[in-house]
Amino acid sequence: MKKRKERIDRGIKVRSEDVFALTSYRELLYLTAPRLLPVFGLLILVPLSPPYWQEIFISTAVYALLAISWDILVSVGLISLGQSLFYGVGSYVAGALNHYCGLPPVLTIPIATVTGAAICTIALLPVLRLRGIYFSMVTLVLPLMILRLVEATRILGGTEGLTGLSPFPNQITAMYLANCCLLVALFGFRRLMDSDYGLIIRGISDNDRSVMSAGINIHWYKTQILFLGGTVGCFAGAFGTHHDMFAGMPGFALDYSIMPIAAAVVGGTGTFAGSLLGAFILVPLSEILRALGALRIVFYGLFLVVFVVGLPEGLFHYIRRKYHQFERWVEVE
Amino acid sequence: MKGGEELLTVTKLLRAFGGVLAVSSVDFQVKRGELLGIIGPNGSGKTTLVNLITGFVKPNAGEVRFKGKDITGLPPYRIVGMGIARTFQMVKPFYQLPAFKNLIVPLCSPRIKGLLGGSYGDRDAVALDLLEEVGFERDANVAYKPAGALPQGYLKRLELAKAMALRPELLILDELFSGLSLAEVASIVPIIEKLRFQGKTIIMIEHRLKELFRIADRVMVLNFGMKIAEGKSDEVMADEAVKKAYLGSEAG
Amino acid sequence: MLLGTLVYGFVNSCILALVAMGFNLTFGISGVANFSYGAIYIFSGFTAWIFLNSIGFPYIICVIISIGLSATLGILIYHFVIKRVKGLALSEVMATFGLGLAIMELFRYFDFVGFKYTLPNIVEGSVAIGDVYLDYQRIAVVFIATALTAFIYLFTHHTKTGLAFRAIAQDERTALTFGIDSDRIGALSMGFGSALAATAAIVVLPMGTIAVEGGYDVLLNALAVCIVGGLGSTVGILFASVLIGFAQTFTANYLEPHWMMLVSLIAIAVVLCVKPSGIFGHQKELEERI
Repeated sequence: MKKRKERIDRGIKVRSEDVFALTSYRELLYLTAPRLLPVFGLLILVPLSPPYWQEIFISTAVYALLAISWDILVSVGLISLGQSLFYGVGSYVAGALNHYCGLPPVLTIPIATVTGAAICTIALLPVLRLRGIYFSMVTLVLPLMILRLVEATRILGGTEGLTGLSPFPNQITAMYLANCCLLVALFGFRRLMDSDYGLIIRGISDNDRSVMSAGINIHWYKTQILFLGGTVGCFAGAFGTHHDMFAGMPGFALDYSIMPIAAAVVGGTGTFAGSLLGAFILVPLSEILRALGALRIVFYGLFLVVFVVGLPEGLFHYIRRKYHQFERWVEVE
Repeated sequence: MKGGEELLTVTKLLRAFGGVLAVSSVDFQVKRGELLGIIGPNGSGKTTLVNLITGFVKPNAGEVRFKGKDITGLPPYRIVGMGIARTFQMVKPFYQLPAFKNLIVPLCSPRIKGLLGGSYGDRDAVALDLLEEVGFERDANVAYKPAGALPQGYLKRLELAKAMALRPELLILDELFSGLSLAEVASIVPIIEKLRFQGKTIIMIEHRLKELFRIADRVMVLNFGMKIAEGKSDEVMADEAVKKAYLGSEAG
Repeated sequence: MLLGTLVYGFVNSCILALVAMGFNLTFGISGVANFSYGAIYIFSGFTAWIFLNSIGFPYIICVIISIGLSATLGILIYHFVIKRVKGLALSEVMATFGLGLAIMELFRYFDFVGFKYTLPNIVEGSVAIGDVYLDYQRIAVVFIATALTAFIYLFTHHTKTGLAFRAIAQDERTALTFGIDSDRIGALSMGFGSALAATAAIVVLPMGTIAVEGGYDVLLNALAVCIVGGLGSTVGILFASVLIGFAQTFTANYLEPHWMMLVSLIAIAVVLCVKPSGIFGHQKELEERI
């Protein structure tokens, strides 16, 4: 007698999928609780944590932003191996504006977000036309080469970087800025992917030829998504640089590439919430494992392999399934 | 239908892959309102010809004119924008999505926005209407099923609906009938006839000669990338070169 | 100065070609982009060093063991990682990238850092060409790079396994119907690619120290050469190696050594703008065959 696992939607899910959800508080809660959780966590719990952990949560937010930016690129089929490109460009643009032109963070961050994204988009534009792994190759190579370039030419402060940049007035401001932007990116992108626009985006990564034959210029859509992902990544860079009061070569280093990917993969791709979850697991974890030094990157690497090969759906999909469905074993002949 | 204006003119179209001439110097015209069938043994360059016309493959030489305008080598989305839509031989719908959601992508195209001037109402409703037109029974709610759960016959219809959603002037159907049972083919033929009645111009690439000959105005035969015959169905049937090409390919 | 630059430029080109060949071979055969390539490169360097210095085997044995172990590592990676996600480009790239990082950083963790990690030259001594002194090791690099290129050409064109490689590269499904086991070929392609990485490491590393950063550099250089030359094209790889190799050496000698990386970057930028698929690349944009 063989057994098979059967998954059934919870009754509350079936009912609350409809507008009738509003008829009962229980169903209302069922629908809104998962959405309120990150809002509550990021805006209330995190700022209440002790200062040392606040610091960690700020860097978590930066990594989460990079992970979300990675996730939106993946949704259109672009696998970036160099999120540090976005971080580095955002960080140097903001840093340079602050250092050379004396602009305050209120101006440098928005400018760096937009121009940084534009720079990255233009730099990667030629690769968008190619299928397959070219995008990954180029995104991996570019930041590492820019790194050498900065080192060699000693532009933008060379190996020293740009130091003494304007900080945020206080930690709470920084934290709310990062977390609010994180929430905007999270819910904004989720909403975007649920719209008809998102349908086209998913279609492009699924079957680009079919979307092309539907009269849609897929390169233009890919460019838009690249720019969108770029803004989030460059914002993370601009934010991080003012928070650290430093823009330098570490911005282009591999840490900012591998960590977001690991976070997104561990959390589960395609949902953005998975990236957030992954970042909030991995970054604090790596803080706890700080004593391990270089071994941390080993762990990220292995996490990546194990999740990609063994658990490709990621944690978020798993949790969501448990939330919406119950499982039971049924007998089959 | 005879004597209508020329909608599509293909002149000396040529494309080689490596050393193989997939399409070599093919000329033909399609008049408005006509149904042209293109047949030929496997590997005779039919699909490449479609890819060349629709911009998925760039020709090495030759010219494609549509409504008098040169469209050679334009990207596919521009060509769709001018009014040519195609189906693919290998259907690849978005399997997780409900069938009608598959039509949202073409309904979002700039062509439809241009035609309807921004006021296209409810896309879902339009999609459901289109699916009903190609034979998705509305009562049975087939259109709401995920595309992955549909049988081949419905997938082909979905493919047809995707092309129709673009409101094309010229519709190119690449082996729409392949892999379908006789009954399924018989149920799709009326849809095509209805499209013709509405005045659509159609090019059909087909292996099902019997059904094609019944509905086509004119048939063109390709072999090794070259046009070997063109004319009315019965003329083409009687052509010696055509017989040889088909028999030859079967023998080989 | 000019003669020296030319000679060293040629050596540099050979090094680049050696380094890029393994990555390109694996991709050309099984379509697997092995982002753990750099890790395998330094793995073989450190393995040879360990067997030489900690165990004390004769160097030639160490070389053979190192190449063998690297090939085995490549095959294991194929079986335990790539095979399970085959066909999903996203997963292949991330899994090999993650694994490569893990291997490289593991070496760093175990403190494989420092100047003592060097491999001996295959041949000692040097020769004067005009007024340019060239050590025999660099001549060996040229010789081995040429020999390997010829070997790969003969192998893929004239042996059964090699022809099966090419069949898989052309059309995996058709090859399957002819009874070619694509998993076996895939594993072999990883093994071969890794063995080439190891060979490159054995030949190139004596000219410097074995360092974790070297792994990243190798991956970077291999990718740069493949992007410029065109992924999967052997001719492209050779051409791009010569192009970048000479350009780098000229920059280093006439401008400043620091600017070498700039050359690769400019080469990549120019190629991407003019012909994104690489000079000899035929990476498909959208084309679909008959």
